[in-house]
Amino acid sequence: MTLDPPYLYPDYRSTLTRAPSKPLLTLPAGATELSGPVFGERHVGAAAADLTRQGDGEPIGERIVVHGRVLDAAGRPLAGQLVEIWQANAAGRYAHDVDRHPAPLDPNFAGAGRCLTDGDGIYRFVTIKPGEYPWRNHPNAWRPAHIHFSLFGRSFMSRLVTQMYFPGDPLLAFDPMYQSIRDRKAAEALVATFELASTVEEWALGYRFDIVVAGRYDTPTEES
Amino acid sequence: MTTTEAQEEDLLGLVATPSQTAGPYLSIGTQWNANGRAVPEGTPGEIRLSGSVTDGAGVAVTDALLEFWQAGPDVGFGAGSGPPGRGVQAARWTGWTAWTGFTRALTNADGRYSMWTVKPGATALGDAAVSSEMEAPHINVSIFARGLLQRLVTRIYFGDEAERNGADPVLRGVADANERARLVATWIDGGYRFDIRLQGEEETPFFVP
Ligand SMILES: [Fe+3]
Repeated sequence: MTLDPPYLYPDYRSTLTRAPSKPLLTLPAGATELSGPVFGERHVGAAAADLTRQGDGEPIGERIVVHGRVLDAAGRPLAGQLVEIWQANAAGRYAHDVDRHPAPLDPNFAGAGRCLTDGDGIYRFVTIKPGEYPWRNHPNAWRPAHIHFSLFGRSFMSRLVTQMYFPGDPLLAFDPMYQSIRDRKAAEALVATFELASTVEEWALGYRFDIVVAGRYDTPTEES
Repeated sequence: MTTTEAQEEDLLGLVATPSQTAGPYLSIGTQWNANGRAVPEGTPGEIRLSGSVTDGAGVAVTDALLEFWQAGPDVGFGAGSGPPGRGVQAARWTGWTAWTGFTRALTNADGRYSMWTVKPGATALGDAAVSSEMEAPHINVSIFARGLLQRLVTRIYFGDEAERNGADPVLRGVADANERARLVATWIDGGYRFDIRLQGEEETPFFVP
């Protein structure tokens, strides 16, 4: 059973020329698959987890805290995991040459961050709530607000790149990327929870996004 | 998944977080370490590996991220550091202390990538402590891009390893000789070349991620 979306999903037009057309082969559980890169403090600067402090001034937008736990398939916390994120600014514009959406760039918002999980598998970012943005996939196509997430898991076979969405977003019902996940429970796992406990008084709203990085060859045992 | 595993997941209420596309702007979050260098310039035994990435229409894929993961030339993945799969094992190599076995590269405006590394050694299939079956030198590759709802996974073998390639269990599992050849980098103009075709007649063989 796979909860991941299919490669070919015609409602998402770019998959038409990029999805493989031949059956996938299976890699054995070899040494390359059962191992994976290790990252450490030298890969993350102290400021990298706070996307609101990377410019000379404060970025425009709604300040948010995004945090959660990174777990493996057995529910064990993944400590020292590199978590990378990237996102649009509050107006729905990416600081990227290819993005032609005529919404303003924010000189104080680059839109990228990274951090390591602590001993309990917890990560925490401070950022700006990203804006929705149009894309040319179909008439009136707008992406729901989202933050791109990248994680490595326990081994090469558990590499995960995904997107975090916001609760109650009406665009989710019309978004081919979100809808490409057939299993409802799995799709809902990509929607963060608003959390009063991590909301910071008079400063930032808190969202919780837990991530389960379940590699194909991860062994769900108590040993580690 | 066995019944017991499924029940355990139910008890924990755990759902594997599904994949989503990295999108067209993936470089924003990944370019900080996407220089394609698994080894610094001038490393003894350094090789250059490069190629193109094209889609099913033959169009250059200019917005892809490629990630490379490999064993070192000698001691591989820290053999003896524990049972495989029970925790991350770093790639070990005695030739350079900062070696990680990992690098990533973005495709350029022509849909081409380059990376620099040292040729990996042969690796054991499965648990090195109990397995004597060896795999030919190879580099595992992940491909992320707009239009890929999940990463693509492939392997790069080396054209000058005919004997070990012939005994490799993964290559032996690819029945069609043309397809098999698409997993093997060729030596051209002082470097290895490995082109990736996402879809179509010349499609690169991909593996279940
Ligand atoms: Fe996006």
